[in-house]
Amino acid sequence: MREIYLDNSATTCAYECVGDLVRKVMCEDYGNPSSMHRKGVEGERYIKEAKEILAKLWKVQEKEIFFTSGGTESDNLALIGAARANRRAGNHLITSAIEHPAIINTMRYLEEEGFRVTFLPVDRYGRIRLDALKNALCKDTILVSVMYVNNEVGSVQPIQEAAGIVKAYNKNILFHVDAVQGFGKYRIYPKRLKVDMCSVSGHKIHGPKGIGALYIDSNVKIKPIVFGGEQQKNIRSGTENVPGIAGLGLAAKTIYENLDEKVAAMRTLKEHFIEGVTQIENTKIHGMYDETSAPHIISVGFAGIRSEVLLHALEEKGIYVSSGSACSSNHPQVSGVLKGIGASQEYLDATLRFSMSEFTTREEIDYTLETLKEIVPMLRRYTRH
Amino acid sequence: MIFHTFLLKYGEIGIKGKNRYLFEDALVRQVRFALRETDGEFNVYKKQARIYVDCAGEYDYEDVTEKLKKVFGLVGICPVVRLEDKGFDELKKEVVSYMDEMYEDKKITFKVESRRSRKTYPKNSMEISRDLGEAILEAFPEIRVDVHHPDVTVNIEVRGEVYVYSHIIPGAGGMPVGTNGKAMLLLSGGIDSPVAGYMVSKRGVGIEATYFHAPPYTSERAKQKVVDLAEKVAKYAGPIRLHVVNFTDIQLYIYDQCPHDELTIIMRRYMMRIAERFAKKDGCLGLITGESIGQVASQTMQSLAATNDVCTLPVYRPLIGFDKQEIVDVAEKIDTYETSIQPFEDCCTIFVAKHPVTKPNIDVIRRSEERLSEKIDALFEEAVRTAEIIEIK
Repeated sequence: MREIYLDNSATTCAYECVGDLVRKVMCEDYGNPSSMHRKGVEGERYIKEAKEILAKLWKVQEKEIFFTSGGTESDNLALIGAARANRRAGNHLITSAIEHPAIINTMRYLEEEGFRVTFLPVDRYGRIRLDALKNALCKDTILVSVMYVNNEVGSVQPIQEAAGIVKAYNKNILFHVDAVQGFGKYRIYPKRLKVDMCSVSGHKIHGPKGIGALYIDSNVKIKPIVFGGEQQKNIRSGTENVPGIAGLGLAAKTIYENLDEKVAAMRTLKEHFIEGVTQIENTKIHGMYDETSAPHIISVGFAGIRSEVLLHALEEKGIYVSSGSACSSNHPQVSGVLKGIGASQEYLDATLRFSMSEFTTREEIDYTLETLKEIVPMLRRYTRH
Repeated sequence: MIFHTFLLKYGEIGIKGKNRYLFEDALVRQVRFALRETDGEFNVYKKQARIYVDCAGEYDYEDVTEKLKKVFGLVGICPVVRLEDKGFDELKKEVVSYMDEMYEDKKITFKVESRRSRKTYPKNSMEISRDLGEAILEAFPEIRVDVHHPDVTVNIEVRGEVYVYSHIIPGAGGMPVGTNGKAMLLLSGGIDSPVAGYMVSKRGVGIEATYFHAPPYTSERAKQKVVDLAEKVAKYAGPIRLHVVNFTDIQLYIYDQCPHDELTIIMRRYMMRIAERFAKKDGCLGLITGESIGQVASQTMQSLAATNDVCTLPVYRPLIGFDKQEIVDVAEKIDTYETSIQPFEDCCTIFVAKHPVTKPNIDVIRRSEERLSEKIDALFEEAVRTAEIIEIK
């Protein structure tokens, strides 16, 4: 059976070249970068190369890049590390109501440590309300964290405006961006955006799983959250995941080659998909769907069909998608994001997320549309009473 | 302390008269099966109405006892220290140090019980017990003898070597699996049915299982959950042949043709029929369900009668008088509870009506089923034919 993978916001297939490189580093150039001998230097070289790539892409310094085990750890380090290090300046943190659980749950943990957290509401397109941000800022605010692209509905946040507001209020307040879904789709320049910290992940950009990076501006005070051999300037101890780092670097380099064409192609497919899917009765596209939204994420509500059922019905036809967000399949509950954007009750448990990559073809989208047009009416016939 | 042998005690087998060897042999087989993938070398044999497991090589004590505790038919597991016979004085020393190591708190009462199968041993059983008891008393001033209700009975067996044991780990009880035929379990992903399978297999019955899934309404993960549950039950019941039936078309057809408040009952009647088909094919002597009176609409006395109506094999419902908490307690004991409560939809709940009938009339249900006559036989055969068989080891 053919396989159509439209769950690229959950994870992506790795680039062939990334797989080859990871294998080579694992099996041949396996030295520990901390070792004094030549094998160690060899390992260190891969880290340096990856840092060069990211530094160039972000227009930052190499020393401002740190590697972690993934987007989640990057977010944890940024929030917990910065909140603890800046506690003397205040105890108030701000984030949005539609962040990824790696942010939301870390913020909840920090509440237990005694910090006060404001969760900003969003408008019906899933964008944070800047007026709410303005009102939330106070003299105790030390850190604001806003995601670049929402993982469930694909809304793009007004990062530059938000950071501008924050820095105008108090330039010492740190601004963190969870760019896991935006990386590889947008050119992100933290310094221009006035962003102090920025999290990314390897496996969302056709790189390996278990690797992420965090940009930390050299002026940011931060404390480590894991302790050990003091690698990476003691910000993140632990032997560096050299194969992962090399893979992340190469994936980043590759995804940004011809980025504009890739994004334009995805956007065309997205428009095509939306045009087709809205021909099915009682469907709803969540969030914005013009060019102000992410090019690769489409969130569609199908009234009257539980998302899990439609998901498995598509699976039977070889089409892989997510319900709401892939990360929430461990907790089958209605999406907080959909509630946050005020989606009506009938769509809360009836929404699928289709997410594309540069490898998605028009033909695959057409097949998906045909399949949907065939099975949606059939599934609607059978409902619970 | 290093134990070299486990002496296994069994209960009810002892009373089975001339068939006793059948039960003993089954027990030996089940013990061997339980230990088949365990590190170490184990020699399992019966001798003088006891079963022994001699251990050689490196083995993990906890691992072996955990596995033995799951063998039905065993009432007690005694870890034994085997001593080389170097004369009685040496034996006294060894038994004293055994006691010292086993019982940190010496404020206990004890007695010594001996038997010798090697009749050439210089002392008789009485003398062995008396003299070793004396040695223990001398060594530990706080210890006391109580021949009627001792805290600890120190057993000495003189064979080629001398076997010493005093500790009995309670076994699973019941009868060795395979001594009472086998039965077909209707296994869902819920809490009850794995417990029902466990309870019946405890009485020596081998288990097969049938699971109904309804893709796309139920997921691959729901099916995996059932496989996981079957694996947990198999730790007690031995290998299980699991039939996975695709039930979607039958369910949708019932939905199309029959009154919606009767869906669950009619669906369950077809589940029983399909399970019985597999049961008869594989020589099962009955069906097993996890039903308990009144637990849900489909388990009222009337509903049970309505589902029972389609079966010719006896239907065993070991949980029939259990409250939910009592079932949960067993599920926790046999480690199925955590798996059962994973929240995946199963096919019994996907089309459940808001107000299902709770007192179905069998005649009414039969009449409703007549509306299925056009296609149901073909769908039934198709479901049977396409069932996937998974051998759970």
